[in-house]
Amino acid sequence: MKSPRWLVPTLYIIFLMLPIYWLINMSFKTTNEILGTFTLWPQEFTLENYRKIFTDPTWYNGYINSILYVVMNTVISVSVALPAAYAFSRYKFMGDKHLFFWLLTNRMAPPAVFALPFFQFYSAVGLFDTHIAVALAHCLFNIPLAVWILEGFMSGVPKELDETAYIDGYSFWRFFVRIFIPTITAGIGVAAFFCFMFSWVELLLAKTLTSVAAKPIAATMTRTASTSGYELGLLAAAGTLTIIPGAFVIYFVRNYIAKGFALGRV
Amino acid sequence: MSLELRQIIKKEGPETHIYSTSLTLKTGVFNVLLGPTLAGKTTLMRLMAGLEQPTSGEIWFNGNNVTGMAVQKRNVAMVYQQFINYPNLDVFQNIASPLKLQKITKADITQRVNEVASLLGLNTMLKRMTQELSGGQQQRVALARALVKQADLILLDEPLANLDYKLREELREELPKLFSGSNTTVIYATTEPTEALLLGGYTATLHEGSITQYGPTHEVYRQPDNIQSAIEFSDPPLNIINIRKQADTLVAQDSSWTSDNGLAQIKDGDYALAFRPHHLQIKADSTSSLGLDFKGQVELAEINGSETLLHMQVDGKRWVSQLHGVHKFEEGEQISLTVDTRNCFVFDSSGQPVR
Repeated sequence: MKSPRWLVPTLYIIFLMLPIYWLINMSFKTTNEILGTFTLWPQEFTLENYRKIFTDPTWYNGYINSILYVVMNTVISVSVALPAAYAFSRYKFMGDKHLFFWLLTNRMAPPAVFALPFFQFYSAVGLFDTHIAVALAHCLFNIPLAVWILEGFMSGVPKELDETAYIDGYSFWRFFVRIFIPTITAGIGVAAFFCFMFSWVELLLAKTLTSVAAKPIAATMTRTASTSGYELGLLAAAGTLTIIPGAFVIYFVRNYIAKGFALGRV
Repeated sequence: MSLELRQIIKKEGPETHIYSTSLTLKTGVFNVLLGPTLAGKTTLMRLMAGLEQPTSGEIWFNGNNVTGMAVQKRNVAMVYQQFINYPNLDVFQNIASPLKLQKITKADITQRVNEVASLLGLNTMLKRMTQELSGGQQQRVALARALVKQADLILLDEPLANLDYKLREELREELPKLFSGSNTTVIYATTEPTEALLLGGYTATLHEGSITQYGPTHEVYRQPDNIQSAIEFSDPPLNIINIRKQADTLVAQDSSWTSDNGLAQIKDGDYALAFRPHHLQIKADSTSSLGLDFKGQVELAEINGSETLLHMQVDGKRWVSQLHGVHKFEEGEQISLTVDTRNCFVFDSSGQPVR
């Protein structure tokens, strides 16, 4: 009995892609078709759902808001994590291991714990419903993650490289910017990717800290019913569009992530 | 124009890595730092480079006290055992990097880099990234970067240890030529006595954080100042036997001899008799004695092509004999050995040479 080599992976991919196919399938259907009949592909193919999202500001602003705070968060997290990770990878100081672990424990805490204090606090300082509020809130989870990933990549660079640079006459900052950062671009790519993804999919804090001006797409999508009843086709289209940025980013960092796995981080 | 260490001590927490060391290194020759792993070679080099600061003591360079001076301000170069190059720069930029940080015109940089690159046989690969090169080529790039800087002090920390045999021989031959004629102080750390002998120049032997001897390499090899230097400068390891001289007899744990043959003039007392493995020969018959005879029990015979390294037990100690040609021995076989006392070092109980 010779079973074809491609059989198992093919089945695996089919099962994996099924929900995504179904989402895309629904996004091209009318809500009536979705609720009325079971069809494997759209009987009445329509782009109406997408047109609505791209023309209605309450929809497309959700995307703009999400992208804004996600990019803010990624930039803040990575630029803050770089020097922190360098310190953890290069220096020994009292309690360094405990501090490193403590940073990681922040990543383990459930966001719900922080939702209420954050809400109260951000309201008090007038940051409620701003993009930076969500970006800063996500830093709590993303900076430890970025430090952890970057530390792994940095420790893979021998410290003799630093010393050679100093001997050659580089000052610390010149070395850090000209030599060290280019050396660990893979790590920065991976760290930025994970920050991006986490911030992109996080709903609870983003929803709690915003109302109108900075409302993220995920929050908009939780609005399932409108005056015209259920709009499942529209939600499916919004969901499909939500997948795209992640897929786009992962395409660029796919090789780096493999490297990150090899280093035991990620 | 020289590098001088004055009573340097380096402590790391409760551990002392370098005990009080004073040393003035010769300029314009190859200075070899010889010692086993953990003897403190790397620490000493890092202190010389300024990558670490001594706990106490001073470092003087060309008549200036450079203790505590930032490494960027010192005109030094260093090559490590690992192949350290800037991975984001190509070979040309790697070699040029120390020059770019000085105020040197572009044309001068290009000229100097090309000179050094052709000296090291790198001129065809200047546009390649360093990770694409073989280990030997990568280390050549690192050497070129050290050379192009025309530093006053060049530190080579076991630069050939990670290379394979052929490349190591090739580069070892080139190294003294590359630095000859310049006014630089070159320091080369190695664990291998053979390497020190091949490189020539001056050698400092290091033992557990102290320099035991410094002098012209062959002098250190032939006239060790103490038993530690002799042990370090011997590969295969030195054979040592503890003896007691009483009147005209020499007594060891299991054997005794009459002390004619060159050992007659030393005073009565306890000594360590030491000689190198190639001086220990098989005694074929009773007439072929060279002076001192021993009985041994064979443990292992290693044959490396044209030589046999014979490991044995003599007088409760492990000895090695380096014999020419291929010889077969059985494990546990009893053998007679002989050594000429003129080839023996005699150290007193404090490790000082007696003659």
